[in-house]
Amino acid sequence: MSIALGSSPKPTPPPVEGGGWGEGLRAARTPAPNPLPQGEGESRIRLRYRRRRLFSKAAAIGLGVFLLIWTLLPVYNMLLIALDNDADEFTGSIWPPDPDFSSFASVWNEDYWLMEHFWHQFGNSIYLGVATMVLTVLIGSLASFALSRLRLRKGWIVTDFALLTYVLPTAFLAIPFVQIMHRYGLSDSLWAVIAAMVTFATPYAILILHQYGKLIPMELDESAKVDGASPLQIYLRIYLPLMAPALVAVGVYALLLAWNEYLYQYLLLSSTRNMTVAVAINQFFDSDEAPWNYMMAIAVIYSLPPIAIYFGLRRFMVAGLTLGGVKG
Amino acid sequence: MSSTQQVLGFRRPVAAYESRRPPWRIRLQGSDTTWAIAFLIPYVAIFVAFVVYPVVFGLWMGSNPALYDLLFSDPRYLTTAINTLLFVAIGVNVKMFLAFLLSGFFMNRSWWVRSLLVIYLLPWALPGLVVFTSIHFMLVTQWGLLDSLWRAVTGNDGPLFLVSTWMAMTANIVAYIWKWMPFWTLIFLAARMSIPQDIYDAAEIDGASGYRRLIYVTFPLLANIYLICTLLSCVWTLGDFPTVYFVSSGAPARTTDVLATYGFHEAFDFGYPNLGVAAMMSALPLLIPLVILLMRRVRATGVQL
Repeated sequence: MSIALGSSPKPTPPPVEGGGWGEGLRAARTPAPNPLPQGEGESRIRLRYRRRRLFSKAAAIGLGVFLLIWTLLPVYNMLLIALDNDADEFTGSIWPPDPDFSSFASVWNEDYWLMEHFWHQFGNSIYLGVATMVLTVLIGSLASFALSRLRLRKGWIVTDFALLTYVLPTAFLAIPFVQIMHRYGLSDSLWAVIAAMVTFATPYAILILHQYGKLIPMELDESAKVDGASPLQIYLRIYLPLMAPALVAVGVYALLLAWNEYLYQYLLLSSTRNMTVAVAINQFFDSDEAPWNYMMAIAVIYSLPPIAIYFGLRRFMVAGLTLGGVKG
Repeated sequence: MSSTQQVLGFRRPVAAYESRRPPWRIRLQGSDTTWAIAFLIPYVAIFVAFVVYPVVFGLWMGSNPALYDLLFSDPRYLTTAINTLLFVAIGVNVKMFLAFLLSGFFMNRSWWVRSLLVIYLLPWALPGLVVFTSIHFMLVTQWGLLDSLWRAVTGNDGPLFLVSTWMAMTANIVAYIWKWMPFWTLIFLAARMSIPQDIYDAAEIDGASGYRRLIYVTFPLLANIYLICTLLSCVWTLGDFPTVYFVSSGAPARTTDVLATYGFHEAFDFGYPNLGVAAMMSALPLLIPLVILLMRRVRATGVQL
């Protein structure tokens, strides 16, 4: 066993990954049988440990700084462009030369022709997100209740198809989807997008709720049944309240999916009154003028709700993932 | 013992109790199966109307063999197919491997690593449209942020990223990794946290520490999840649209298109929806085996998606 270098000479408290060399150091201070002469050998080992600890600490901090810059650089770039008051040219500077919030003020007051319906479109985005959230939670919880609590025979067929839908890349369905929406008479309607988003969010909801539902003992349902409760009452009075954390996770997922998705909104919404902010942002690319600072100001405002949801409901989002369920 | 047998003890009193009630009450409550079917109707309706119908319609749209002659005779299609393969193969694997390593870094629970994790996960929550547009502007001209940084550090003008096919493709892949690595890091982090500490203690006694612990303990335990996540990510990335659409927008001269953006342009810019569907369907020979493999792994290992 090659003890001397990496590992500690005897069973020590488990080191924490990345920063755990301190434990090894402490253990090395009191080696019971020391094969090396006292003094010089011990200090050499100690030096080695200290160097190693310093090195790993420095590496961790270096990695941390790199990750911070890596993550925030595109976000910083958004602010850099949005805070620039010259609309047409990039400044070529790495910080805003004279930052002002005039572009945000313009967006707020809707005083540019590409964003004269900005708040209406923002409302559309919220409407889309909330409707998707409510419908996904409702349909998903009903379906998962039927599948996991009522023990429907052949229920696995539905679960399997849900899994298959969940795995499918949504962009591949876009072209036929648009054609079909025209047939349904839902072209240029927010409800077409809501239908698409609910379709893609419910499989995740069913899988997550199915998982989480296993934590709730069946005996609760049984005893409610003994007391004469119908399945609808069990669903409303027992299932929904107990599933609340998972329902929040699913709702947040559906809301963010609808908010962050772009392709279907772009394809299904065309008129200025009906479009969402995501589609409105893209209009800047098609226009002859290019006030990029306005566009980035809109983009920053558009990013605020997901950021707020992320910071506020992070726990539920992460819980939704650790329950299983991997979809971005 | 099945759960039905387990509750058999409960069942008998239920029956006895119900038999004492007036018959109209029983009928009103209905059987569980009727309720279950009623509860399933909304989902099944959505599934049929918005999944089955589009899929069948898409298959019908792309069923004409002449479409594929047309598709394969387009030289841009070949470029697109190669780009898609590169995008998936490099993007997914690099992303997964880095996410796996970084999840180890984030196991460190000191305060600054935990706060860093909160910031690091931000790309996951941000709209793809917004961040990819921002990345596009970082690269697009000599005055983008990356070139400005280049100039500030070296004093020379930086490269024009979106003029070279290779650099534009690299930019797409890097942007894709930027957006999705945090999410998968979180998945691996959750998986790592579910590994009991005893296993590490035992490995420690046997002399495995540092990188040996990573290779011989952590990785074998996470291998199943790693494989399933990679397969799943491959399937999703095959149909990835926003990254390429916004970061390089196919520049230069549509040489960096992937299947999703190619199909999009064919269908909605040039007005050949059937050709667009055919382009997407040409991914099926890769997509179907991946999905089958994925479903089999999920079923065999019991890993929950």
